[in-house]
Amino acid sequence: MNAMSPSMTSMQRTLTTLGQQEPDRVPLFLLTTMHGAKELGLSIEEYFSRAENVVAGQMRLLQKYRGDCLYPFFYASIETEAWGGSTLFLPDGPPLCGPPVITCPEDIDTLQAPRVMESPCLQRVLETIRQLKERVGDTVPIIAVAISPFSLPVMQMGFDKYIELIYEQPARFERLMDLNIGFTVEWANAQLAAGATAICYFDPLSSTTNIPRELYLTTGQQVAKRAIGQIKGPTATHMASGRCLPIVADIADTGTAVVGVSMLEDLGELKAAAAKRVSLLGNLNGIEMRRWTPRDAEAHVKRAIAQAGRGGGFLLADNHGEIPWQVPEEVLLAIGDAVEKWGRYPLDWVDSWTDTA
Amino acid sequence: MDQQIAQFQEALESLDKLRADALFREALKENTPIQVVERLVVPTLVRVGQAWHDGTVALSQVYMSGRFCEELVERVLPPSDPDRKHQPRSAIVVLSDYHMLGKRIVYSVMRASGFELFDYGRMDVDELVERVLADKLRVLMISVLILPSALKVRDVCAKLKAVGAPVKVLVGGAPFLFDEQMWREVGADAMGSSAAEAVSIVEGWMGELQ
Repeated sequence: MNAMSPSMTSMQRTLTTLGQQEPDRVPLFLLTTMHGAKELGLSIEEYFSRAENVVAGQMRLLQKYRGDCLYPFFYASIETEAWGGSTLFLPDGPPLCGPPVITCPEDIDTLQAPRVMESPCLQRVLETIRQLKERVGDTVPIIAVAISPFSLPVMQMGFDKYIELIYEQPARFERLMDLNIGFTVEWANAQLAAGATAICYFDPLSSTTNIPRELYLTTGQQVAKRAIGQIKGPTATHMASGRCLPIVADIADTGTAVVGVSMLEDLGELKAAAAKRVSLLGNLNGIEMRRWTPRDAEAHVKRAIAQAGRGGGFLLADNHGEIPWQVPEEVLLAIGDAVEKWGRYPLDWVDSWTDTA
Repeated sequence: MDQQIAQFQEALESLDKLRADALFREALKENTPIQVVERLVVPTLVRVGQAWHDGTVALSQVYMSGRFCEELVERVLPPSDPDRKHQPRSAIVVLSDYHMLGKRIVYSVMRASGFELFDYGRMDVDELVERVLADKLRVLMISVLILPSALKVRDVCAKLKAVGAPVKVLVGGAPFLFDEQMWREVGADAMGSSAAEAVSIVEGWMGELQ
């Protein structure tokens, strides 16, 4: 496939790059969530209170910014809501997880996992996916989200208490993982059954930013192998800005198809480490993006494509898995323009490219 | 001492509490408690922090190292110890955010480095400004994880400046790491890219604040 070929659909483009081949252009996975509320003139809380809002928001964002996926992700703590937790809504940022549902390690002994079908909050997401699927059929990938069973306890019990649990209470850690794996698998498969194309398996705790590789191999990786092995569709393991270069091959061993990577690491090195076993998703700096000019956006898009675009196996996205509310429209439009301008295969311009980002 | 620091670092990073404890006790044989803090604990935590910044050590190791050092130092240098007294009045807070790990790490590393400081927990802008003025702080450390909270530091700094509060503001957390210009933009006096760097910055300020 090259520039002379007719345009592909977003789905064809994505599947081609995941097959480690070059599509017509680099797929753009612009992971916008809260921007849908801006489009509809709603508060973030109001926006996420109804499936119809998110469907309308996602469809508008898809058309406006020319991305290659729909992203029916509401917010991370919607999963802990299902476990009995609460969510704190902000006017200008991602909804936050309320107080932990596990207040002490002993709570784990009697903890029961919720059922997806009995959780109204999760049903709202499933309804969103169903409606999006009706709109786009098989032309645009619908990327749903499940927090990994290994990372979920950061919200269930707090980061510090969870780190202590991992190191100091292996039996309770194992019980919590058993419960969480059951929940995550059921949740991921329900989203796939509703029409999602793939599951973004958010697993930031497994990042080498957060735990050492040796610990990952005995904890996060084992959990991922068990969970991903039961998820009935492709997964993209996302590190949510965390580093992963030393464990890219280990992540590939879990059976995932894609790894979401950080701007803290070199995309070229990550691409070499991926060795065509997994595709890369990333790694634009969403925080800095807030103050980019259109020219900055173009330079950063060029750099990412130059470092990782050739040969396929690359989806351009931000590095966290969610574009911050503060990123202005003109930057997102400039990213789309830059992908259109510089993302067309073959990427001959890369040979003479110099980094201006 | 270089060799002891390397051994202590290795023990902390591998979570070998017994070994770290033994090395700490060994150092106490030839040094006073505050000397052990200054010559062994602080330099080691600086190295651990730098290693995290460089991507060779993980946050879980930083957290457990800080927590363990805090326990060791607490044992030999209780809060009432006169060696802890000659320092600017300081506090740490999580601003409009519910992610507490970063604050917990910095708090541990500060205390393991011999500092006493208030732990304000989580606060919003107005409550924080009132408390800073009431406590006559000289150093305020603000930890955040999400971008909206980082941008609210601007309101804190503006309000403190408006009343002429002689307090220095040190910020830290993911948004500041991902955008190195942001700490200046919000009006902070410095940004710590790790807990250990925060300690170094406050130590650097001590002379001018006393």
